[in-house]
Amino acid sequence: MVKTKLILASVIILFFSVSSRAQEIPGRISGNFQLDAQTYKADTLIGARAAPEKLLLNSYANIRYDQGGFSAGLRFEANLNTLQGIDPAFDGVGIPYYFIRYRTEDLDFTVGDFYEQFGSGILLRTWEDKFLGVDNAIRGFRIRYTPKPGIQITGLIGKQRHFWELGEGIVRGLDGNISLNELLPSLQTSATRLAFGGSFVSKYQADGDPLYILPENVGAWAYRFNLSRGGFQLESEYSTKINDPSADNNFIYKPGNAILVNASYATSGLGVNLSIKRVDNMSFRSDRNQNLNKLMLGYLPPNSKSYTYSLMTLYPYASQANGEIGIQTEISYRMKSGSLLGGKYGTQITLNASLVNDIDKSAINDSISIGAPGSLGYKSDFFKIGDDKFYRDINVEIARKLSKKWKANIIYQYLNYNQLVMEGKGGLLSANIAVLELTWKFKSRNTIRMEAQGLWTKEDRGNWAMLLAEYTISPHWFISVSDQYNYGHPEEVKRIHYLYGSVGYIKEATRIQLSYGKQREGILCVGGVCRNVPAMNGFSLSISSTF
Amino acid sequence: MKYFIAVCLVFTFNVLPGFSQSKKTDLPGIDIKTLDGKWVSAKTIQKDKPMVISFWATWCKPCVRELDAIRDVLPDWNDEFDFQMVTVSVDDSRSEHRVAPFVKAREWNYEFYLDPNSELKRALNAPTVPHTFLYNKKGKLVWQHSGFTEGDEDELYEKLLEVTKK
Repeated sequence: MVKTKLILASVIILFFSVSSRAQEIPGRISGNFQLDAQTYKADTLIGARAAPEKLLLNSYANIRYDQGGFSAGLRFEANLNTLQGIDPAFDGVGIPYYFIRYRTEDLDFTVGDFYEQFGSGILLRTWEDKFLGVDNAIRGFRIRYTPKPGIQITGLIGKQRHFWELGEGIVRGLDGNISLNELLPSLQTSATRLAFGGSFVSKYQADGDPLYILPENVGAWAYRFNLSRGGFQLESEYSTKINDPSADNNFIYKPGNAILVNASYATSGLGVNLSIKRVDNMSFRSDRNQNLNKLMLGYLPPNSKSYTYSLMTLYPYASQANGEIGIQTEISYRMKSGSLLGGKYGTQITLNASLVNDIDKSAINDSISIGAPGSLGYKSDFFKIGDDKFYRDINVEIARKLSKKWKANIIYQYLNYNQLVMEGKGGLLSANIAVLELTWKFKSRNTIRMEAQGLWTKEDRGNWAMLLAEYTISPHWFISVSDQYNYGHPEEVKRIHYLYGSVGYIKEATRIQLSYGKQREGILCVGGVCRNVPAMNGFSLSISSTF
Repeated sequence: MKYFIAVCLVFTFNVLPGFSQSKKTDLPGIDIKTLDGKWVSAKTIQKDKPMVISFWATWCKPCVRELDAIRDVLPDWNDEFDFQMVTVSVDDSRSEHRVAPFVKAREWNYEFYLDPNSELKRALNAPTVPHTFLYNKKGKLVWQHSGFTEGDEDELYEKLLEVTKK
């Protein structure tokens, strides 16, 4: 506590010294703040809980200073108390994030907290997402060295943020990147571009387990390349780690691995994309006993597309670190403006398909069941696909500007969602979803946007319909009203209208929004990392500003 | 540790004013990636003209509406002003590889960069996407806007008009 006060005092001194000498200092001070407050009224029908505090609030402010190659910054956070749905361990006030960074042509040092990603992040990605309640920044030391253009080496050591503390494990990492085209003068103008990379990440955590002898140092490796020519691009990353018994994998001693392949082709008006992923026992945290979104070290990008239309976010895919095999493809085509099908302004058509199954798993021998703790877990045939369906998403989207005033967007989606695997209840669910969005700019800067959505399923909570109307007066005002109606709920009393209204004011980089209404229980996912959102009934206020 | 950092902070702020970098810009020295995988410092992307930086993501509907709207008016804007239209995608490794096909398929003609772990977005303090920044010719941040609603492109046009006049 005394130390925190010391930091605050230093920051104040620093502020005064900076502002009093503003004339001489060429640097720049910038920052932002955000506040989200919500009141909670109990509503047993939708499952909303009241909060004993009546009002809950999450807020933060970042401030940073940049001058030449130097930067320093910190984040103040106050969660009094944390919003429902986000881990209450975030309750409190403090400065959980601060850093100093100095960068020259070839060297880049960071002391303090930092976010880092090696390659696609499968071994190491520290990141934050306030809506998810994820912040696994590393506090320690990082150095990046660029001995010559085209070669970059990063080394780091530290511990990860765990709410207001640091996690138990020590993280060490080394990553290298070589871009052949920048390195070799003869290739500089070549249309073919090739880059390689590799990472090594190791974590240390003492073995305090009474039952098992656990590896205290767990090492992991990753290799990657990226090849492109013209509109073609091919990239892949393979990663592997030694045995890492953990709460996630039920303490099995099997080594883990993951492979990711992305290929794409793009030309004016056409984009094609294909990605394949296989993950086998690749959960990687700096503390083997943690679960949910705590102390994650690696990030497993899901093979599915993310959506923002409400009913399309009802059943989102969450990455399955213990095993998944998936393929996703997307084709996007723009029918030229003035053509027969493209209309006067052109039409965008996008087709997407995502398929994810379990990996093949078989018992090691007759006496040990699959995944038995303390064993090698299971055997898996790399090229075989498991029988369990996790996720299917096949959809088509058509976006078209109809006239100077009207725009339309239509989506149809067929969905399979393994609710048992994702949420631990139900079974394999199938749903049909349709969305129609119309935008009507009826006079300069005045626009009305309407959404009509439907979700039809025989499982879980049954059918849903949704209507939304939003009126915006650019650049300052917006007002919106929406109703999600669970008209097909198997229990008649739960066929509820979730009415929600918002009004907002925006001035440049400042945004104020006040909302009132009921929000359904659901799952919020960002990048395959999810959290439960409890049902809510009440007011919410959100203010943010950047300076 | 905290005490050490605090002392360092104060010390650095009081000592550093003496030194300066050759090229002044409000953009920090954070690396972002081109679509063909080359890392460049954000400090170096501006040529001697006003620059718009729009942060976006493939999964963000208002972002796509904004960049679609600017696509439709860009030829007119280019006739009128000499400026750089830069976009920075914050798609992470889940959808980073979708960016190149996505922008090509939509026939967007901007400068494209990737910021897969939101490093630059964080350094510029943009809380969400879309977020649009406008820098004048000298690299000074003169205007920014959070969010997008239809018609906001007209406001950007007016700001560009102001900034190119000077």
